[in-house]
Amino acid sequence: MWNLLQIELFKIFKKPRTYLAFAIIAAFIFLIQLGLYVNGRDWMMFMLGSLGETMNIEYDKLVNGYAVCYFVLNLLLVHVPILVALVAGDVVSGEASMGTLRLLASKPVSRTQIILAKYAAIAVYVFALLLWIAVISLAVSIAVFGRNDLVVAKTTGLQLIESGDVLWRYFCAFGFAFIAMMVVAAISLLLSTLSENSIGPIVATVGIIIVCTLISEMEIPLYQQYIKPYLFTTYMLGWKGFFYIGSTADGETIKGSIQYLPGIVKSLAALLLYIAALVAASVYIFRKKIFYPKIIL
Amino acid sequence: MSTIINVSNLSKQFNEVTAVNDLSFTVHAGDVYGFLGQNGAGKSTTIRMLLTLVKPSTGTIEIFDKNLFTHRNEILQQVGAVIEKPDLYKYLSAYDNLAIFAKMSGMDPGRTLLMEQLRMVGLAERASSKVKTFSQGMKQRLGIAVALVHDPKLIILDEPTNGLDPQGIADMRNLVLHLSREMGKTILVSSHLLSEIELVANRMLIIHKGKKIVEGNVAELLDPSKSLVQIETGNDTDAREKLMQTKWAARLQPDNGCLQLKMNKDEVPLLISDLVSAQVQILSVDPMHSLEDYFLSLTTKPGHVEPVAD
Repeated sequence: MWNLLQIELFKIFKKPRTYLAFAIIAAFIFLIQLGLYVNGRDWMMFMLGSLGETMNIEYDKLVNGYAVCYFVLNLLLVHVPILVALVAGDVVSGEASMGTLRLLASKPVSRTQIILAKYAAIAVYVFALLLWIAVISLAVSIAVFGRNDLVVAKTTGLQLIESGDVLWRYFCAFGFAFIAMMVVAAISLLLSTLSENSIGPIVATVGIIIVCTLISEMEIPLYQQYIKPYLFTTYMLGWKGFFYIGSTADGETIKGSIQYLPGIVKSLAALLLYIAALVAASVYIFRKKIFYPKIIL
Repeated sequence: MSTIINVSNLSKQFNEVTAVNDLSFTVHAGDVYGFLGQNGAGKSTTIRMLLTLVKPSTGTIEIFDKNLFTHRNEILQQVGAVIEKPDLYKYLSAYDNLAIFAKMSGMDPGRTLLMEQLRMVGLAERASSKVKTFSQGMKQRLGIAVALVHDPKLIILDEPTNGLDPQGIADMRNLVLHLSREMGKTILVSSHLLSEIELVANRMLIIHKGKKIVEGNVAELLDPSKSLVQIETGNDTDAREKLMQTKWAARLQPDNGCLQLKMNKDEVPLLISDLVSAQVQILSVDPMHSLEDYFLSLTTKPGHVEPVAD
């Protein structure tokens, strides 16, 4: 299996399109950092709105590396699934269209191993992508903007997380995002096993994410009650929960706490279930796949 | 002589289409076994079943005396194949392609061996070139190197000369002969051209509409002094049984829905006389001239363009 994983990683990282995602992310984050470096104070004033009129706020301190990273993640993590689909949607279907899939399937390794190795290789790619985001959006932002307390906007208002209480939340958030992206990868993999060209699975994955996200966001009781609980997109933004800090009865924040921990655990469990079901379906379909000759009588 | 492939009563049904129909054949160690048939005859389906890419509807396949489907990985470790066309990773170099498929076959051959393989197929100079820059003939040769990289005992080549220019076809033929004679490999090679099979194979099978037409030694089957004679009788089963009791039994061809005997044309009157004596009702006797004519008659269907007369 290790051998197969090495081969799959070699194939993925030899494709130019793999590096496209890294380049897009770097360019996007750089633009945000540049913008906030120049106009960060104005941006923070806009974010805090009228609060500045009633409180003495040190805006420059609030525009720090943690805040920049939080802003980047809010904007970027919604779009990372597209970059994941770009690679994951191609792993099986791309080989089917190239014709190499039947050669792989005629080698002395089981089809289950082939699919699992491909999924494991995508996991490494997703991990590398998120690590790249973490390095550029967090490490570089901290280096450029420094560290300080983080202001987070919630539906109930704003909350301040102390500087020393932030970093571990980012680690958890990136870990959660990894699981969420692996659901997207599993959807792409499943669609990829069904297709003979790579464009179809990539477009279909993006389509599914858009439709499910829209349904998740719609405040229509029918959808909220009967459909939303079963949509993976409902649980994908659970990473934000790590930045919602618990507080005492008199409103004082509790350092090191998470306000809705059971909700995060539930989201994680739901995402892992999705992964298990989707990968199992991919394995089943690939095991049943018939490599038809071009001409049958 | 040990048996490498033993296929028994193999059939494959794709919905209402029977691609392979009750096919049986045997490939012996050291054979270059020609698998001949027109396009759509069932060659590729059979080859795909030999490589577990298609599951048979009925029948058994034994390779190296083991059931293919219960000893799949063990068997496929000793099989190399080029299926229809050499499908390779176009964005990778020849060397990388070879290394990947060697690893897939459970080998870690090292640079020296990989370069040796590339040298054998005449691609050592282009080892680091991307496959997308290769001609069809170069791809085909690299496909062969991929099939050979793990030193398999059995090599399966599905239409290996498809899309090649005359030089490429000659190179491929020489390579097959080299693998057989110098390296002692057993090779199953499919083609729709009798002339190609004739030049490389020692044994062959002709398949038509999924059924075996004839199997045997190429030299005997293509012996110009022998003709294939087709007899139409009132009851072919009864006639076959009666012929089995006579000296003609050895000349009888396997049952493919017709009663056929391989014989000299001047023996035909004697055959008719014996059939009459055995009270077989003869409706027609049709000498097919030679196996080549017979194969051509199979491949010449209505709609084909007739040659222009001089």
